[in-house]
Amino acid sequence: MKYFLYKASTFFATIMFISIIIFFIFQVIPGNPAQIILGIDADEQQVIQLEEKLGLNNPPMERYIDWIKGIFQGDLGDSLKYQTPVIEILQDRIPVTLSLAILSILLTVIIGIPLGILIARTDGKWYSVILSTLTQLGIAIPSFWFGFILILLFAVLLKWFPTFGYVPWSEDFVGAFKSFFLPSLAIAVTNIAVVIRYLRNTILDQSKMDYVRTARVKGLSERSIVYGHVLRNALIPVLTIMGMIIADTIGGSIIIENVFALPGLGNLLIQSITSRDFPLIQSLVMYIAILVVVINFIVDLLYRVVDPRIRLKG
Amino acid sequence: MKKNRSIPLYIGITLVVILFIMMITSLFYTPYDPNVMDPQARLSPPSLEHTFGTDNFGRDILSRVMEGSKTAFLIGTLSVTIGLFFGFLIGALAGYFGGWIDEVFMRFIDAMMAFPGILLAIVLVTVFNTGMQNTIIALGIMSIPSFARIVRSGFIQVKEFDFVKASKAKGAGSTRIIFKHILPNIMSSIFVAMTLSFSGSVLAEAGLSYLGLGVQPPDPSWGRMLKEAQPFIASSPMYLLITGGVIMLMVLGFNLLSDGIRDVRDKKA
Repeated sequence: MKYFLYKASTFFATIMFISIIIFFIFQVIPGNPAQIILGIDADEQQVIQLEEKLGLNNPPMERYIDWIKGIFQGDLGDSLKYQTPVIEILQDRIPVTLSLAILSILLTVIIGIPLGILIARTDGKWYSVILSTLTQLGIAIPSFWFGFILILLFAVLLKWFPTFGYVPWSEDFVGAFKSFFLPSLAIAVTNIAVVIRYLRNTILDQSKMDYVRTARVKGLSERSIVYGHVLRNALIPVLTIMGMIIADTIGGSIIIENVFALPGLGNLLIQSITSRDFPLIQSLVMYIAILVVVINFIVDLLYRVVDPRIRLKG
Repeated sequence: MKKNRSIPLYIGITLVVILFIMMITSLFYTPYDPNVMDPQARLSPPSLEHTFGTDNFGRDILSRVMEGSKTAFLIGTLSVTIGLFFGFLIGALAGYFGGWIDEVFMRFIDAMMAFPGILLAIVLVTVFNTGMQNTIIALGIMSIPSFARIVRSGFIQVKEFDFVKASKAKGAGSTRIIFKHILPNIMSSIFVAMTLSFSGSVLAEAGLSYLGLGVQPPDPSWGRMLKEAQPFIASSPMYLLITGGVIMLMVLGFNLLSDGIRDVRDKKA
């Protein structure tokens, strides 16, 4: 319980901290937002009216509080470009980014962990060396470029997947999976490589421990030593890099959504930057950051389930 | 086994040196003028005349890749410098003094880490506008947290060593302890972080410029070349493959260098 409370309080502190940074960064933008919205030849009276409506003359503290209230109540005002409430636009976009992130993290775990075990168990063999080299390439590859290669290979040459575009889950499950698979894999490739390398090292470290020697002396098979003893201890450090992987996944989706033309938060972010739709950008950045912090918070709580030894560090 | 370990380091050094030579060469020689268009030779595949082929305007891709290497090295070097300077300052203060200074700085760093790096860079270039200079600043800020963390943990570790304590007992000042004792001991960790952060900046610049938010024309950029190559993915994939491949080789080179330095350090320890 104490652990939960501590984590919950840092969770809120982080969100507050991030919101303050974002809010004040966006205060720096030169020019009058009302003027920007209405254009340079706008009537002075109109500009003053809009300033009033947007609350631009209120003190910064008041505007910050209004914005934060809006973030949590879902009342984010209207987008300048779309002239519709920001929240309606977001409702369609969030599921896309979330699907992409979840599928990508699943791929990372499903592919990364078995390969990490394999490399550790076959340490020194020629195919293990090749796999290790491939992980170096995986870390060095720009994910969006890998996306292009996947498109080239599986969509253009083999025609197994669509080149780009989006099918909602509710419409066609298989179609939706197909539209998410390649982009998720493109985001996952770096993380897969990181997990493989990290897991290999932790398994090899654990294998030198005394309890492994004891197990071997007891006559346990190499197989049951790895899966029954070593793996459980080796996986815990891997969980600790999960936070970094999650941030990378969400960050990666910003670029990848634009490569595959998926209508998610990242795609919207770039569109709104191009049209200088600042209220929308500010809220989008906040929501993406909240998404990262929330997923991290859930993972933090999961550690506790996986490893009851995790307590508050002094 | 001992020999095996240094092979990645040699590959890393080789890659970095080749790219560096390419960058230096581009300062006074490229096979073609990177900006001259040749409508007759649009999107031609690699040939004897154009080693890497030509782009959609008939410009020589090899020449443009060479031009782009200047941007990559410049952005990498300067953003690492910015990140190292501020990261070192924050990490050193937090690690050396500890207490509430440590707590405040580390909460700040944690909040920055919770932000995906690319998102932070995107926010900064949105507010301060795109272009070479702002891209460098944004990527520099992006790399502050990792330096701060490494320097901080280095300081905390070394601070506890007996020789540092002894020196302190003898009345040595903070500056002396930091520069004489702590710094030489964490130098290799800082080198590892510098090479990693360099490749991180190269990757991030490519991503930003691909999105149209990084380096703007006429400054050359590998990321923007990828954006230009994208519509021709089916008709002339070589343009895309070569440009992205060069980015990958540069990142790979610096990553291997980083691994190599770490291995050498660990062997010494």
